[in-house]
Amino acid sequence: MNLPIYMDNNSTTRVDPRVVDAMLPYFTEKYGNAASRSHPYGWEGEAAVDNAREQIAELIGATEKEIIFTSGATESNNLALKGVAAMYKKKGNHIITVPTEHKCVLDTCKRLEREGCQITYLEPDKFGRVTAEQVRNAITDKTILVSVMFANNEIGTIQPIAEIGKVCKEKGVLFHTDGVQAVGKVPVDVEAMNIDLMSMSAHKMYGPKGIGALYVRKKNPRVRLEPIIDGGGHERGMRSGTLPVPLIVAFGEAADICRKEMPEESKKTFALRERLRKGIMDQLPETYLNGHPTERLPGNANISFAYVEGEGMMMGIKDVAVSSGSACTSASLEPSYVLRALGVGDELAHSSIRFGLGRFNTEEEVDYVVNLVVREVNRLREMSPLYEMAQAGIDLKSIEWSAH
Amino acid sequence: MPYSDKILEHYNNPRNVGSLDVKSADVGTGLVGAPECGDVLKLQIKVNPVTGVIEDARFKTFGCGSAIASSSLATEWLKGKTVDEAMEIKNTAIVEELALPPVKVHCSVLAEDAIKAAIKNYQEKQDVTADREEPATVGG
Repeated sequence: MNLPIYMDNNSTTRVDPRVVDAMLPYFTEKYGNAASRSHPYGWEGEAAVDNAREQIAELIGATEKEIIFTSGATESNNLALKGVAAMYKKKGNHIITVPTEHKCVLDTCKRLEREGCQITYLEPDKFGRVTAEQVRNAITDKTILVSVMFANNEIGTIQPIAEIGKVCKEKGVLFHTDGVQAVGKVPVDVEAMNIDLMSMSAHKMYGPKGIGALYVRKKNPRVRLEPIIDGGGHERGMRSGTLPVPLIVAFGEAADICRKEMPEESKKTFALRERLRKGIMDQLPETYLNGHPTERLPGNANISFAYVEGEGMMMGIKDVAVSSGSACTSASLEPSYVLRALGVGDELAHSSIRFGLGRFNTEEEVDYVVNLVVREVNRLREMSPLYEMAQAGIDLKSIEWSAH
Repeated sequence: MPYSDKILEHYNNPRNVGSLDVKSADVGTGLVGAPECGDVLKLQIKVNPVTGVIEDARFKTFGCGSAIASSSLATEWLKGKTVDEAMEIKNTAIVEELALPPVKVHCSVLAEDAIKAAIKNYQEKQDVTADREEPATVGG
């Protein structure tokens, strides 16, 4: 067992060795530019890109022409939102989204707002979910896009995508979903779910960083986008720039492995997640699972440990690589905005740890982490004035804290 | 964020974790910070009323590793000092000793606040005790 144990798979994943093997020849032997039509190097590159496009399309029930390669999900989300807003501005200027989206969606929305768009933020329930009815009620005759993430990166909550897609289809409004956390982990079908645009990233599914894609529907309706990068007209004019063939090959291979192994892998990951969650929560009172109990990613467990501060705890469990919703881990002094949007109190948000299990985790690792977490939380609680007060029956809310 | 060896050492082997009797006349308690800010420090001192020397100091902290280390260090420094000397402990000394990075300076500020709050609490208790004793003195 290698320490520290990697359990931050919602952040990024290790590249699968099979993926590395598939991509390496495209650095050293098959290094042609996929846009070169005049020689076999180019043809070879183009064929490899086409193959990857098919592999990715197959994973999500799309056709290969609907896959637009980008540098990653941040770019895909930017392109989807800005591209639709610019292309459909004559039709309307209203966009519907959710406050628990990734920053690259929220910040793009803020920019669009400054440029004259109107944004509606649907209020999620305490599990982080919105309903198709909320979407329906928010749609106006000016609505051009609904953007709701498939699964949340912090809390793992999965949105009712098919229901939302159905409403959007019925209302004739484009539907974009940030599929970064979901694609490759849970079944995604753009046809069955009426998804018009979907952002994806290779490095969340055991592929390399620096490559992502945007699924752009070609039929019923044909979605058009104003590009944000101009140039040689690659990717149907939506995203110019020389294609990074090795990364694309890797992305394709990663998608192919996910598609083939998902039924087994998701069961295994779920079993590990439950072993971890139960192991910790059964042994430690006053721990809370953030996010939806069942509608969540198989590998995600986001747990708040009352009376213990997240960053302090991460120092104690340094043998496992995880993330915390505590303010101290980020540059801002605010705790996780996602947990706040769910109505989780600031003190529990400060106490949250996100465990992200993945393909390469083992039972042995999970058991090690359970023991480590239980031991450290108990140690830190013995050191916590809040725990002492709670044990003494003092209501922490009754105290006038000297906020600083 | 990388931590200094001294922070890690205090975090892994915190000195003087625990509680003293809040009600005792020779114990001063300081409780600073707020749960929603992610830091709460409880610092207590036990003072010899005759010599004014801090004979014991204890802490409990909810916070990051730097907050725990700052509290632990503060209790170490408090022991053996007089109350007047303890008032002179500055957060900058804690920053220096633990090599706290700039984003963690507030942990040392909180530790200094906790020291001052504990001393104030102790002194208030002495005033109350003195007030109570006064009539007896006058009458005698």
